[in-house]
Amino acid sequence: MEAEFINTMLLTFKLASITTVILLVIAIPLASFLVFSRMRFKSIIETIVSMPLVLPPSVLGFYLLLAFSPASTIGSFLTEHGIRLAFSFEGLVIGSVLFSLPFMVHPIQSALSQVPRSIFEAAYTLGKTKWETMIRVILPSIRHGLISGIVLAFAHTVGEFGVILMIGGNIPGETRVASIAIYDEVESLNYALAHQYAITLFVVTFAILLLVYTLNKKSLGDIR
Amino acid sequence: MISVNITKRLDTSEGSLNACFELTIRDGEFLTLFGPSGAGKTTLMRMIAGLEQPESGIIEVDGEVWFDSTKKINLPPQKRSVGFVFQDYALFPTMSVRENLLFAAETAEQRRSVDELIELVELSQLSERLPSTLSGGQKQRVALARALVRHPKILLLDEPLSALDPAMRQKLQDELSLLHKRLGITTLLVSHDISETVKLSDRMASIELGTIIRVGNPLEFFSPHTLSTKLQLIGEVLKIEEDFPISVVTLLVGSSVVRTVLSNEEAKVLCVGKHAIISTKAFNPIVMPVE
Repeated sequence: MEAEFINTMLLTFKLASITTVILLVIAIPLASFLVFSRMRFKSIIETIVSMPLVLPPSVLGFYLLLAFSPASTIGSFLTEHGIRLAFSFEGLVIGSVLFSLPFMVHPIQSALSQVPRSIFEAAYTLGKTKWETMIRVILPSIRHGLISGIVLAFAHTVGEFGVILMIGGNIPGETRVASIAIYDEVESLNYALAHQYAITLFVVTFAILLLVYTLNKKSLGDIR
Repeated sequence: MISVNITKRLDTSEGSLNACFELTIRDGEFLTLFGPSGAGKTTLMRMIAGLEQPESGIIEVDGEVWFDSTKKINLPPQKRSVGFVFQDYALFPTMSVRENLLFAAETAEQRRSVDELIELVELSQLSERLPSTLSGGQKQRVALARALVRHPKILLLDEPLSALDPAMRQKLQDELSLLHKRLGITTLLVSHDISETVKLSDRMASIELGTIIRVGNPLEFFSPHTLSTKLQLIGEVLKIEEDFPISVVTLLVGSSVVRTVLSNEEAKVLCVGKHAIISTKAFNPIVMPVE
């Protein structure tokens, strides 16, 4: 029992960490696009990014499950190449990335939109490329947005239930994460273990959020 | 020498218009672009820096083409040797004063010159401070020093002093003037302040509605009727109170408010918000120091 508990918790945080790293890589260019692009169809992309905020997780899970199934075009293509996403850890990562996307993109987007245009222009007139400006000037000055995005995306992935249940099921060591385990233990009237999972999630997420907000406040105080 | 001959579509509050700028800036001179808001002064400066693109024309600096619409040449701002000082300072918030300057430095020699520049703008004591802890005047000095690190061919100042209080403004005007004399760097300033323009510039270009109306000596521009007067001042009309048979006119001259009595006829040609010349012939003015 104890080994399974640890296993499940490790899997939960592994999923959340991998999801968060992938999201961070995707979200910075995506948020920059949403802030700076003058493309006409920008609002469509903005809507798609925000969809997971209002869509029931089961809807996204359902369509992902259909897409991953070997009967579908995408699924059969993946199966041919030996990739199985339904009921696998990799499938969970994809689902979580899609589902937590707005939680990473929105804080970065709002922080970026508050950086005055002249800061970018000042760096350009000092001979710095867009890339150098982004890395050395912009990212450090929006670090509070980055930290908020990381925390929210991580916490949201840890707490995700619907999408995971739909596309991952409940395979120990592969797709059984803490939120599913709680549901499962309650179903089998095993309240003690359900409580163990629940209190662990509660304490860990509280500690992470507290730490980050304390650090964030301190670093913001330095800048302002 | 910098020669500019460009056109640009400007969107103003009174609709859009086709601006046309033709200007030659001599080596080492201090030239002010003077005119009301929305005339295109800042746009002209931003086009020289490469931050905005003209519709057509040529920008040439010391024989080097920065923009040429017929040859499809348009150097990005990174490739143009300019130092740009923004109205809102645009200091990098996570870098100290020194780091802001070091960020601009490209060669080892420029990196070594950073401390000298910090000393030149009297910020040695504050070099490790973050911009957020500095006053407006100090921030503007950092921005100025940062713009000078790369030894640009032209220094572009976009209303750099407009956000400062009058006392700090005057002090920085003096410093700017000294700095220009000392470094001899070709400087272009955007301003709508008469005293600033007269005090700092060798020449000025008056811009209205996207056209350069006149280029010349600022003193001659602002007091065209150089009469045999004893005293001549330029002020902004603040208020005209008609009080039969006379009018009391209130003017702002520099930072002082002056009230004077005119006949109704004389007052009629004045307009609130416009500039007027005050001159006196008959008496010697009394000049005393202010404690």
